[in-house]
Amino acid sequence: MAQKEYAGKMIELDDNGYFTNPDEWSKEIAAEMAKENGEELSDKHFEVLEFIRNKIKEGSSLTIRSIGKSGITDIKGFYKLFPGAPLKKATLYAGVSKPSSCV
Amino acid sequence: MANEVKHPLKKVLLICAKGNLEDVLATLVMANGAVMEGIETKVFFTFFGLDGITKKRMNKLHTATVGNPAMRMPGGLPFPTWLGGIPGVEAGVSAMMKKQIDDLDIPRVDEFLEMIDAGGGEIYACKLATDMFKLKKEDLSNEVKDIITIGEFYEMADGLQTQIIFT
Repeated sequence: MAQKEYAGKMIELDDNGYFTNPDEWSKEIAAEMAKENGEELSDKHFEVLEFIRNKIKEGSSLTIRSIGKSGITDIKGFYKLFPGAPLKKATLYAGVSKPSSCV
Repeated sequence: MANEVKHPLKKVLLICAKGNLEDVLATLVMANGAVMEGIETKVFFTFFGLDGITKKRMNKLHTATVGNPAMRMPGGLPFPTWLGGIPGVEAGVSAMMKKQIDDLDIPRVDEFLEMIDAGGGEIYACKLATDMFKLKKEDLSNEVKDIITIGEFYEMADGLQTQIIFT
């Protein structure tokens, strides 16, 4: 368990740096997290983050495939938006727990 | 031990030589999983594994009901080998497997190949095996980047933190 300050707010993080309480999330915090990695978030990024947050809130499983079918972006676009490990990065910025899906 | 420096995987090369539904899917799950982790990924399909990237066959793969001791009836009772040999049983079992796989949001083979390709993973077919099965580039999925020899595939395994996995 660790705490870190983002956008003037102390956030509880788990061992992997993911939010323990998604309600503490805000757009400003996400932008600041991205900035740490030298990235800037666009409206498209935030649309994806909102989609992820809603999926998790519903309790449904989150996969790269489901993001590809979200209508926001296709899978190729998702890799472009969050380069490297997109699902890990997007869930990190979305303030939800680390993804547990294999696809 | 606490200060041990870790060297995370940077590149994975997978070889799929079998064409059962579960063999091809295992390769695809591992390949896509690597792509998702940001690991450079290359997949080589050879021998019966080629069914997994052959347009006409890739979405019609079966699971073997004969000679598969891990096969179980729904509920967990053993699945007798003689039952697996009856016409239609293998198709039925395969359909059931596909349904269960679909429920887990695992895509069909063609869509899986598209996902790997979209993430930057590369798919190759084996030169020797395509010659043997008389397959041409146009018989193969559009995501297949090239038909190459095993030597050319090994050449791609350059650099540190690279692994070759045979499934």
